[in-house]
Amino acid sequence: MSTTDPLSAFPLAMEGREAVEGATREGRPLTPTERAIAAVEAYTPAEAAERTLRNEMLADSRPGSRQPLIINMGPNHPSTHGVLRVIVELDGEVVREVVPVVGYLHTGIEKQCENKTWWQAITCVTRMDYLAPFANIHSYVLAVEKLLDMQIPARAEWIRVLLSELNRLASHLVFLGTSGLEMGAMSIFFYCYRERDEVLDMFEMVSGERMNHRYFQVGGCAQDIPEGFLERLTKFLKEMPGRIDEYEALLTNNPIWIDRMKGIGIIPAEQLLGLGVTGPTLRAAGIGLDLRKSEPYSGYEHFQFDVPTEIAGDCYARYLVRVREMRESVKIMQQAIDGLPEGPFISDDRKVVLPPREELAYSMEALIHHFKLVTEGFKVPAGEAYATIESPRGEMGCYVVSDGGPKPYRVHMRDPSFVNLQALRPLAKGGYLADLIAVIASLDPVMGGVDR
Amino acid sequence: MALIPPPGAPIRRSPRTDDAIDWDLRDPEALEASRGILTTTVEKAIAWAQTSAIWPATFGLACCSIEMMHTLSPRLDMGRFGAEYFRGTPRQADLMIVAGRLTQKMAPVVRHIYDQMLEPKWVISMGACASTGGVFNNYAVLQGCDKVIPVDVYVPGCPPRPESLMEGIDILRKKIGANGQVPSSELIAARRAERAEWDAQHASDALKGGPAN
Amino acid sequence: MVQEFEDHGELTVEVRADRILEAARALKNGPSQFTLLSGVTCADFPDEPGRFRLAYHLRSVQTGGRVRLRAWAGGLDPQIDSVTSVWPGADWQEREVFDQFGVRFHGHPDLCRILNPLDWDGHPLRRDYPIGGEEVQFTDAV
Repeated sequence: MSTTDPLSAFPLAMEGREAVEGATREGRPLTPTERAIAAVEAYTPAEAAERTLRNEMLADSRPGSRQPLIINMGPNHPSTHGVLRVIVELDGEVVREVVPVVGYLHTGIEKQCENKTWWQAITCVTRMDYLAPFANIHSYVLAVEKLLDMQIPARAEWIRVLLSELNRLASHLVFLGTSGLEMGAMSIFFYCYRERDEVLDMFEMVSGERMNHRYFQVGGCAQDIPEGFLERLTKFLKEMPGRIDEYEALLTNNPIWIDRMKGIGIIPAEQLLGLGVTGPTLRAAGIGLDLRKSEPYSGYEHFQFDVPTEIAGDCYARYLVRVREMRESVKIMQQAIDGLPEGPFISDDRKVVLPPREELAYSMEALIHHFKLVTEGFKVPAGEAYATIESPRGEMGCYVVSDGGPKPYRVHMRDPSFVNLQALRPLAKGGYLADLIAVIASLDPVMGGVDR
Repeated sequence: MALIPPPGAPIRRSPRTDDAIDWDLRDPEALEASRGILTTTVEKAIAWAQTSAIWPATFGLACCSIEMMHTLSPRLDMGRFGAEYFRGTPRQADLMIVAGRLTQKMAPVVRHIYDQMLEPKWVISMGACASTGGVFNNYAVLQGCDKVIPVDVYVPGCPPRPESLMEGIDILRKKIGANGQVPSSELIAARRAERAEWDAQHASDALKGGPAN
Repeated sequence: MVQEFEDHGELTVEVRADRILEAARALKNGPSQFTLLSGVTCADFPDEPGRFRLAYHLRSVQTGGRVRLRAWAGGLDPQIDSVTSVWPGADWQEREVFDQFGVRFHGHPDLCRILNPLDWDGHPLRRDYPIGGEEVQFTDAV
C-alpha cells in the first residue's frame, strides 16, 4: 500500500467481488441487490472506461432509445442522510430502478448487548438511532420493565414524556435542517441548529451529555431533573412556537419548496402499511396511527394533544406533518411542566435499582444491594417481551429475550428507519433523480438505526 | 476480505500514521536547521493560505457527524476559520473528518475517498469510535480509523463537543504552520524516535505490507 | 397451531415452521386483520432442537391488538417460508435474519446479506460466533 500509487491500494470494486464470492460460497446465484452492486462497480478505471465505451457502441442513435445508466450514489454522499448507498438505474433523468444498499454503519449493537449487563446495555442501545437516543432507551427500558413487572413512579413517567418530546423536537429540527440543506434551502439549516443547540444544552443539564444520553434507567430515571431545568425549558417553550412560525414562513409557502416536494413520492397508504412503514410517513398518507394515542405508554394517556395527519401522502405532506408534530410536542411539554408530580424519580425496588447514596451510610442491606447491583447486575426473570414506543421516525420496538441471568440473552431493536427505508424503492421509482433526494429526505432515515 | 486481525496477531496501526503527509514535517533535517520557524515568506504564505481555508470533505458517519454539523451552527461558527465549506467531492477537499464509527463494510470506502483527496491532505479522527473503536469492540467495528488511513489529530469524546472539534481543528492548523510556527524541533525529534522504535519493534512482523492484507 | 399463551400482557402464538405461511395468511385476513408487520426477529437457542426461534410481531390497525407469531426453524440447515407474499415489509427484516443467523427463507425475492459485507463468513448473531474485536489491555471489560 504505497503512497505513490493510490490505485494499487484498494481495488475499486471491493463489493462487487465480495458479492460474487459470497454468492459462490453459499452456492446460489446472485440476488438482485448483488447484481446491482456488481453492475455498478468496475475493477479498475480501465475497465470502467471500457464498459462505458461498450455501452456507447451498443446504444442506438435513434432518439428515445437509451441504454440505462446505472450510477452509484455511494455511501459517502452529501445528500443521503448518512451512509446510505443507492444504486440507481437511470433512463435519462427518470429513475427506473432503485436498489438501496445498507449496512455501512452496522455496529453489532445487538451482539454487544449480549455481552453487557442489563444496565450497561443501555449505553449500547442509546447509540443506535443517534437522533433519538431517548427513544432507543425508552423502548429498551420499557421492555425490561415489562419482564420485571415493575411499576414506575408517576414523576419518572412524566419526566420520560418530557424528555421524549424534547427529543422529538430535536429530531424534527434536524429533519427540517438537513432536508432544507439537501433541497438547496441552506438558511433553514442554521435556524434549526440554533434551536437544537439550546435543546442539547438542556439535555446536557439533565444527563450530562448533549447526545447519546444514558438517562432513563430500568425503574425510572437515573437522576432527578436538576434545578433550573424547568425554568429554562419554560423559557425555551415560550419562544419555540414563534421559531416554528419562522420556519414555516421560510418554507411552507415557498414556491420552490412546493415545486420540489408537492406531488413527489406518493404510493397508496395500504402499500405503505404492507411495507411496515409507520410514523410521520404513514400519517401523511392518511392513516393516523400514533402509538402515543393508540397504545399509550409511560403516562401519555394523561396528555391532550392532536395527531397531525395529512391525506396527500407526498413529501410536502410529510414535511407538514412533522412541523405540526413539533407544535404538538411543545404543547405536550408545557402540559408536562405544569403537571409534573412530586415524588421519587425511580422505583424503590432495591433488587433492580441502586439505593440512594445516603442510605449506604446507615443501612447494611442497602450496601449489599448496591454491591450486588454494581458487580453482578440485576437478574431479569426468563421470558420475552416486546415494547414499542413512538419515536420521531415511527414505531420503535425492543424485543428482549431473557434467560434469567444478569445479561440479556437477545436484544433486538425494531428500528423504524430500517423498515421505512424499504419504501424507498416504490416511492422513488418513476420519478426524477432530484426527486429521489427529496424522497430520502422526507423519509428521514437515520443510518445508525437502519444498520444498528 | 475482512480486516479483523487473526487471533494472536499483534495489533498494528497503519504504518502511514507515522509516515504522515504533513508537508512541513516531510524534511525534518532541513527544518531542524532552521530551528523551528518558517523562515521563508513563501512558506509562511503557503501555511497561512492552507490554514485559513481548510475545506473538509463530508465524511460524517454516525452520531459525531451531528456534532460536526453543530460546529457549523450559528453558535460555534466554523466559518470563522474558513472551514465551513464542506465539499461533496473529496477532490476539492483538504481535510477529512472521520466522524463516527468505522465499520468493516465502510473501511474500503474510507480508504478510497482518502486516496481520491489531493495532496496536501489531513485527517482528523473525531470521536472515540473513529479513534479507537469507542464503545464498540466487536466483529463489526474497526478499532480505529487509523487502521486504514493516517490520522493527524485525534479528538476524543462520545460525541466530542463541537468546541472539542474546534480545538482539534485549531491544533491541526498549528500543526500545518499557522502563524508562521511549525511544531518545535523537539517534537520532530520525538517523532523520529517514536518512528524508529516502532520500526524496530515491528521489523519481524508477520503482517507485512499494510493492514489490508 | 401448536400452542398459544399469554405472558406479561402479550399474546404469543406458536406454530410449526411448515405452517407459517398459512398462519400468516390467516392472521392477516382473519377477523382481526393483522395488517402491520412490526418486525421479524430471531433468537438462537443452541440447546433446543429447533435452535432458531423466529418471532413475527404483528399489529392490527383496526383493533390495535398485537400478537407474536413464533416458529422454530431447523437446526443445522434452518429454512422456513418467507412471508413477503403476505407482508412485503418482511423483505429486509428476513434478509437481516438471514444475515445474522443464517435462516434461509423460501420464496424471498432477494435473499442476500444486508448488514454485513457481502462475503462475510459466518452469521454473527449466533451464540457460537465470537464477539470479535480486539483484546483490550489492562481490563477484562468487553
